[in-house]
Amino acid sequence: MNMKEEALLRVENLTKIFKTGFLGKGEKIIAVNDVSFFLKKGEVLSLIGESGSGKTTIARLILKLLKPTSGRIYYEDTDIWEISDKAYWRKVQAIFQDPYASFNSFYKVERTLKNVFKLFPDKVSEGEKDKKVHEALEKIGLNPKEVLGKHPFELSGGQMQRLLLARCLIIDPEVIIADEPTSMVDASMRVILLNIFKELSKKADKSIIFITHDISQAFYISDRVLVMYRGRIVENGPVEQILFSPQHPYTKRLISDVPKLHEKFKFTLT
Amino acid sequence: MKMSLVLEARHIEGGYDLGSSFLKAVDDCSLYAYEGEMLGVAGESGCGKSTLAKLIMGLTKPPLRLVKGKSIIDDIDVYKLSWNERKKILWGKVVTMIPQASMNALNPTKKIKDVVFDVVREKYSTPPSKSEILDMAKKRFDEIGLDPVALDMYPIELSGGMKQRAIIAISTLLNPSFLIADEPTSALDVSTQKLLLELLYMLIKRNIVKTLIFISHDIATLRQICDKMCIMYAGKILEISDTEDVINRPLHPYTEKLMESVIPLIPSIRKKTLKGIPGAPPNLLNPPSGCRFHPRCRYAMPLCKEKEPPLREAKKGRFVSCWLHLG
Repeated sequence: MNMKEEALLRVENLTKIFKTGFLGKGEKIIAVNDVSFFLKKGEVLSLIGESGSGKTTIARLILKLLKPTSGRIYYEDTDIWEISDKAYWRKVQAIFQDPYASFNSFYKVERTLKNVFKLFPDKVSEGEKDKKVHEALEKIGLNPKEVLGKHPFELSGGQMQRLLLARCLIIDPEVIIADEPTSMVDASMRVILLNIFKELSKKADKSIIFITHDISQAFYISDRVLVMYRGRIVENGPVEQILFSPQHPYTKRLISDVPKLHEKFKFTLT
Repeated sequence: MKMSLVLEARHIEGGYDLGSSFLKAVDDCSLYAYEGEMLGVAGESGCGKSTLAKLIMGLTKPPLRLVKGKSIIDDIDVYKLSWNERKKILWGKVVTMIPQASMNALNPTKKIKDVVFDVVREKYSTPPSKSEILDMAKKRFDEIGLDPVALDMYPIELSGGMKQRAIIAISTLLNPSFLIADEPTSALDVSTQKLLLELLYMLIKRNIVKTLIFISHDIATLRQICDKMCIMYAGKILEISDTEDVINRPLHPYTEKLMESVIPLIPSIRKKTLKGIPGAPPNLLNPPSGCRFHPRCRYAMPLCKEKEPPLREAKKGRFVSCWLHLG
């Protein structure tokens, strides 16, 4: 079977150029440079790369938050710009790095979570809403009584990131784009969140694009890994292949420089 | 060989005044560090590790306050000094902290040497002359492998690695014996982080500072340079041992869980399911009775809920605060 045919999301020759300066007369920054990849149903695909490598720009392009300079993105063979926003966002959702920027700080958590039902095509009863919100919160290990009545600034970064995941679980999309979703979470909670992503893909057949600079996290949850460097994809393959035989110097450095629990760096003093 | 004691912090207790209540962030923590030692302090957010560091060096700026305890650094009793005395004779000269966002701490409009002048002048009532200060700085820059030409540059002209070296050189300019690094690597990419670790390692090996305390939530990072590790949870020290023991043979159930939460970089990891620690750390305004970890502990016994375990030597050189190991 052709790989492309079973792809749920397909990115083709995507390029995004940002212009700086007055009326865009300054410098050109090529944030994403001719990137193509696909995402299969039920697959976890990681985008790894250092800051500024274009990972988040790709996420924003896929979410229709930015228009590409050139190239196309297809969802089930339809150009995403031909799908209505509301219909598209029911299918494709995101969890962003900075959870405080994703929640309205004047709203209590409950209101923000219940707002997502506006995306649903049919009216949802209050009882049904409560049930779904509670289920989602329990899944991510937050006590509904403790968080629902609070404003974002009363919660920690880790709690907020988990709330974003809860929001995503309520919407129940087909594709989840998770951009550094555990950056504010402690190690002990991090694996619990990663396990939820794993479960979503393996049990609920959801597709996940996991964006991170942390190679260990990426390898833990992914089926396939894309390594980005300066706007381009420099490595693309299954986790085992990339770990055993990284091709690009950047990937090699990334793997050798990450601190490991059972291995010590050897420093020679010069 | 018995090394001399650089830090002796005894039964430190302190926290933050929150108007009507007091948040005890650090409760009865004792910590010792010897010359030549690199000590790692690990724990999750809110466990009190940064607060402990501040209390150790006497940085008790309200609302932070010391309730009880004693901190002696290089034979100086920190809390016998007034705030101004600490400023003049302690900070920078005896103990220095490299805080979290330090890599962006250089003023972009000042040449590195001007920053150096400011730092030195602030510490002396009759400061050395400019040329003396420059000589000191050149020597230190040389020692840590940074071309003294950097002194004449603006921060923007330095690479990330050079900036790090400049910061470390400036913080150790007045030869403090004791350095506290508070999450210095948390915002860096892995390659820059590795350079910083090497730099800290060098400071000890070349005897530029006598003792280093490295605070981080990332155990894999700490283990790269620390000989000993101290694990904190909810304002308490739960375990202190040699790094290898803490990692490979943890005694406290929390330490054990913490090690299990670290994702190893091995190909088979994809097939495994790590556990993490369900539940959340307690609210420090109302901590649980007995051992603070008991509500999340898989081995909890009735005793754990009733009585708080002291931190005792359970095996040779291994200190733990857990009833499982204290007979």
